[in-house]
Amino acid sequence: MSKKVKGCLEVISQEALGTGIYSLWLAAGEMAEAALPGQFVSLYSGNGSRLLPRPISICEIDREKGRLRLVYRVTGPGTGTEEFSRLKRGDSVRALGPLGNGFPLSPAEGKRVLLMGGGIGIPPMLETARQLGGEKIIVLGYRDELFLKEEFEKHGSVYVTTEDGSAGTRGNVLDAVREHGLSGDLIFACGPLPMLRAVKAFGLEKNIPCYVSMEERMACGVGACLACVCGSEKVDDHSRVCNKRVCRDGPVFLSTEVTI
Amino acid sequence: MNSLSVNLAGVELKNPVMTASGTFGSGMEYSEFVDLNRLGAVVTKGVASVPWPGNPTPRVAETASGMLNAIGLQNPGIDVFCERDIPFLKQFDTKIIVNVCGKTEEDYCSVVERLSDEPVDLLEINVSCPNVKEGGIAFGQNPAALESITKKVKKYAAQPVIMKLSPNVTDIAEMARAAEAGGADVLSLINTITGMKIDVRRRTFVLANRTGGLSGPAVKPVAVRMVYQAAGAVKLPIIGMGGIATAEDAMEFILAGATAVSVGTANFTNPCATAEIVEGLERYLEEQHVEDIRELIGAVR
Repeated sequence: MSKKVKGCLEVISQEALGTGIYSLWLAAGEMAEAALPGQFVSLYSGNGSRLLPRPISICEIDREKGRLRLVYRVTGPGTGTEEFSRLKRGDSVRALGPLGNGFPLSPAEGKRVLLMGGGIGIPPMLETARQLGGEKIIVLGYRDELFLKEEFEKHGSVYVTTEDGSAGTRGNVLDAVREHGLSGDLIFACGPLPMLRAVKAFGLEKNIPCYVSMEERMACGVGACLACVCGSEKVDDHSRVCNKRVCRDGPVFLSTEVTI
Repeated sequence: MNSLSVNLAGVELKNPVMTASGTFGSGMEYSEFVDLNRLGAVVTKGVASVPWPGNPTPRVAETASGMLNAIGLQNPGIDVFCERDIPFLKQFDTKIIVNVCGKTEEDYCSVVERLSDEPVDLLEINVSCPNVKEGGIAFGQNPAALESITKKVKKYAAQPVIMKLSPNVTDIAEMARAAEAGGADVLSLINTITGMKIDVRRRTFVLANRTGGLSGPAVKPVAVRMVYQAAGAVKLPIIGMGGIATAEDAMEFILAGATAVSVGTANFTNPCATAEIVEGLERYLEEQHVEDIRELIGAVR
């Protein structure tokens, strides 16, 4: 587990990538040095009435310059994410990270990896794609508006799906996988629960190991409060019940370890 | 050097700052951010006789200056707790307070008895969790039931017993007196206030459990008032909690009559909150030219 750093990070830049989707570069020093693909960072609101940190996945890691890129969706008016979307160059934001385990890169060495991202589960797949050495097939599932697609194209062959059919295959990531007959030795996926459920079923059907990044409402972000649990197939060694902590034991799990 | 040390039923704490049960696990996770040696005590998450899986998710929701939780007392059971969590905490120079939960009086007593030869300093009996169907709050909302369980637990307890009171009652003074009559050594209050949040777009409850316990700065004035009332009703030392995020917040509780304070939800907003509150109390005593914090316990009457 990487060293967790608590700090006030300076904003290097922020831009909108689409409607309600923002890309934030932060000067993160040690936090960037320690970060792994698939990990997340807790961002704290500057508004004292919002107590809980917002867990945001890491989209890119620039170790040389000590920078982290977070790409996130604004969840609504008057929310913490809306507050973050107004941050400008030179502003600062309190953060804790990197948190969680991240995608395991060593089992992927020399393998053909099928990377799947759905919605706001797309951003963490970018750094994962960047750090994976071998052949990559990337499937990105959007509601309608595309973001980060060109950046993924540098790292592998990209297939797009949209729910409204405005680009690529109409439907979800699994529809594109089936339409193009895509496969791999290993699957890495991040997205909404129904997508992860379908990915797990696909992996079992084709006998391909899947690593899925889970999402759950969090409070502490470090594994103490037991808010963000997901079901586990077997009794977990830490909790001694069939529960795992998404923030600390995950967010990335082997799909066969967890109930989705 | 001004003195921050306080005494709870014969147990000397180096300072009055402790963690609030359920927000700090058994200290492992937060020990990456806080030197546990700095704390007066670590109060563990509630532990039962056997592992409990807790409630379905979502288990938490943010509210204005507060949060709701309905974890449902997920815990690994007393055996693992004694093998793993107590030895971890023994590495630190801090007092260990174990929070005990159960579904029946026998459940509570069996855990308390199991802990009698463990190196723990105090026991906190959780008869006030609003998020479990059996046990928990059922004992904490009826004075006769509270007195009865206090008496039973005391029979098996080797360590001093803290009864943790619920704010979801009509008369907190009556409950404090019932716990005192049952033989409690210390009282702690408040547990969370039962609340609800509704998602108007999905037209459903935000928490899977429908209701949850409200904590955070939103509940602090209620908590200070209840600590003041309980302190006026009984002679027992009181551990005050409910929305403490700063040393000033902690001092409100102490001036209202608390001997010690617990920091809960603030850990989520600032993982170093507990240690910062200890430093803040040191500064406060210096600024106020007070040599001993005990002079200020219940000083506002």
